[in-house]
Amino acid sequence: MSILGNRVLRREDPKFLTVGGTYVDDLALPGSVHVTFVRSSMAHARIVSVDSTNVQAMPGVIAVYTNDDLGLAKFPTVMGMTNEAMAPSMLASGTVRYVGEPIAAIVAESREIAEDALEQVVVEYDPLNVVIDPVRARTDEDLLFPDAGTNTSFSLDFGGDETLFDDCDVVVELELVNQRVAPCPLEVRSAAAHMSEDGRLEFNSSTQAPHGVRDALATFLGLEPDQVHVVTPDVGGGFGAKAAVYPEDIVVGWCALKLGRSVRWTETRSESMLGLGHGRAQVQHVRIGGTREGVVQAYRIEVLQDSGAYAGFGTVLPFMTRVMTSGPYKIPKAECASVSVVTNSTPTTAYRGAGRPEATAAIERIMDVFAREIEMDPAELRRRNLIGKDDFPYTTPVETLYDVGDYHRALDLALEVAGYDELRAEQARRRAAGDVRQLGIGLSCYVEITNGLPDGEFGAVEVRPDGKVIVRTGTSPHGQGHVTAWSMLVAEQLGVAIEDIEVVHGDTDIVPRGAGTMGSRSLQIGGAAVNQAAVDVVEKAKDLAAGLLEADREDIVLNKAKGNFHVVGTPAVSRSWAELAAAAAKDGNPLFAEVDLASPGPTFPFGTHISVVEVDTETGKVNLLRHIAVDDAGRIISPLLAEGQVHGGIAQGVAQALLEEVVYDLEGNPLTSTLADYSFISAAELPSYETRFTETPTPVNALGAKGIGESGTIGSTPAVHNAVCDAVAHLGVRHIDMPTTPIRVWNAINDAATGDGSAKGGR
Amino acid sequence: MQIEITVNGTTESHDVEARTLLVYYLRDAVGLKGTNIGCDTTSCGACTVLLNGQSVKSCTVLAAQVAGDEVTTIEGMALEDGRMHPVQQAFQECHGLQCGYCTPGMVMAITSLLAENPEPTEEYIRLGLEGNLCRCTGYHNIVAAALAASGAPEMHQ
Repeated sequence: MSILGNRVLRREDPKFLTVGGTYVDDLALPGSVHVTFVRSSMAHARIVSVDSTNVQAMPGVIAVYTNDDLGLAKFPTVMGMTNEAMAPSMLASGTVRYVGEPIAAIVAESREIAEDALEQVVVEYDPLNVVIDPVRARTDEDLLFPDAGTNTSFSLDFGGDETLFDDCDVVVELELVNQRVAPCPLEVRSAAAHMSEDGRLEFNSSTQAPHGVRDALATFLGLEPDQVHVVTPDVGGGFGAKAAVYPEDIVVGWCALKLGRSVRWTETRSESMLGLGHGRAQVQHVRIGGTREGVVQAYRIEVLQDSGAYAGFGTVLPFMTRVMTSGPYKIPKAECASVSVVTNSTPTTAYRGAGRPEATAAIERIMDVFAREIEMDPAELRRRNLIGKDDFPYTTPVETLYDVGDYHRALDLALEVAGYDELRAEQARRRAAGDVRQLGIGLSCYVEITNGLPDGEFGAVEVRPDGKVIVRTGTSPHGQGHVTAWSMLVAEQLGVAIEDIEVVHGDTDIVPRGAGTMGSRSLQIGGAAVNQAAVDVVEKAKDLAAGLLEADREDIVLNKAKGNFHVVGTPAVSRSWAELAAAAAKDGNPLFAEVDLASPGPTFPFGTHISVVEVDTETGKVNLLRHIAVDDAGRIISPLLAEGQVHGGIAQGVAQALLEEVVYDLEGNPLTSTLADYSFISAAELPSYETRFTETPTPVNALGAKGIGESGTIGSTPAVHNAVCDAVAHLGVRHIDMPTTPIRVWNAINDAATGDGSAKGGR
Repeated sequence: MQIEITVNGTTESHDVEARTLLVYYLRDAVGLKGTNIGCDTTSCGACTVLLNGQSVKSCTVLAAQVAGDEVTTIEGMALEDGRMHPVQQAFQECHGLQCGYCTPGMVMAITSLLAENPEPTEEYIRLGLEGNLCRCTGYHNIVAAALAASGAPEMHQ
């Protein structure tokens, strides 16, 4: 019987549950000194002076460095696409452009001394005009980078077809804000570095991409990649934001080189809220057109992306938004155009979904507005426009090739699990009775791109003479459970117990290559590479077994139930994995296979989420009653892990729809820079979820698997958002921007009652 | 100053600065790294430990305040025979953890909640965990683990 598809408990858990994980800050690094960063308290200012005279004299302070001391290059452009003048330096150089930007690094004997020293550095600023609103940034009235002559960091200028909506009977438009949110992994950023006895830079990093960190350190510090050894211990969550390399990482490495001492840095949460990249941050203008019978004919989205203060990964998020423009619908004409601008705020980056939740939010929200306009049930409108299961492979108007799907099946299952007709009847009853607590039902049909970047992945399998199996992977888990999942894949191919398998990741000496874990890529490319390596090892073992059993290679079979090889028809005479590995070792060869699997291309998971909320029309308070998620990520290898990914994704989606938002005042002061101020969602605000999977295997990879890491967030956010808007739609409310906080909902209801039908909800 | 605290049944005595928070006492002086720090505003609960059997956020307690008291951390949770405590066991069985960072605090908070109310409702657990944040699990399986643990025979002895 196959182990795949079974509910296998995590092998990672006992350690976490009995002694806790080993995160970077837990590492015992005797004699290490501590780095802290002097950070800007101004959103936009010229630095007049940095006076550290008092600090240099403090006992225990080792050094204070500014950008001039470092002499390091600026960060490069993102994939060659972003405005070069807007790349950040390691520490602020001449001008600060957001609150929290690092200005100087202090190295001290202890964390306490370093923190005390921070208070003693005097930075004199000459304030400049602050630009927080991306709409204002786009006017170029005040420039963040005068040399660039513009605030535009990147643009995608596609389409512009004036006739796009000419044949449509009904056209509706919507402007919506996909607000800035904070990724908030529970473990903040942390790094440690020292020089080994043989002169290599040893670096511990809380990252999603250890090889990326290695390469960046080598590049910036002028070392060869093999002079840098990155080890990633346990990582307390990343959600995309730890896929990037940050200036602080490089400075920590530089300090270790410069001082020849063991150096460590762990930021505080308040620093992390300003230093770790933020997510989303788009303003969208969307337009949809079609017939009164509910056939959607044209769609256009214009994106204004907030890059934050520098052109980092967040700048190119619209690229991913564009790829998913028309969502799961068969729309003959669809366009996406975007402009990214810099503002005096924390740079944006990838956050669970990275550009795709924004695409789904836009089209799913306006599908509801369109349904209301033509007085059609939103589920029916979706059914009429979903791409049919016989239409695959399907090429969208923006030239994205969807692999395979059965979108109607996911919709139907979600409606069935939700009891959709009864919910609508209950809603009608409450509306007729004028209940204070109105019911809202929100749908979201989604499709998204996973493994969307071109990187391949490394995987290796080695069987040792003691029968133990060592698996090496280039992916870098931070909660996903790769040790368990990759063990299952190898156990399945080799017929060994998962307890006999060790999975190694995150050490750039042991794992030579790797792209890491992001973009819902790991199983379909990293797992597939390990799976292929396991298949290859079986083939090598058959060669060995043929020799030892003096039989024809073609007659050798692997008995997976027993984990041994024999000649077909004579199971009594066999050779175990351990025996074969010992025989190989005797010849001086390990029983080993490694694979660099080229990416076979992206896959497109899909599904339907339905959310049920209750809105108190007197207070504006939203209560999430139920959330139904039907997701299809192709073949499910580990239902336990897949479900866990969906759960976490849903919570982050609900959080964005209802609660969370990074807020700045007009002077660029962050108002949500602690977990006391930022509305991080808790258990008290959530119900248990109702999750189901449909399985439509993809032909793209050998496992038939698609990514599941981000689907939960992509599917849930618009379902919850639509549910809130639906609860008060009959009161004349057309749209409320996220997060749909009580004050916004209450304002929207009141604005509608006083005749302002275009009410969007107060900000 | 010299501070004596009983940690997981062992008496610890360390010379620390008066401003030392209990969490730093546990992590740096005693060397137990299982208790994590997730914020600086007493918001996240990652540092939750048991103080004389009741959950507290160890970032909000000075070590000096609890001199002479008994503290239990995740490292002290396993049963005497070495098996995992029912709450720990339920976390694995229900897949109540992913990255593991909030987990020690969650386990301690739930242990305390179940001591107060051995037969809790889902709502009781959810409200009781409001001060313990998790970014990975969406709380679904943490709540399931708490409810599963409440039904374990060891919890009702």
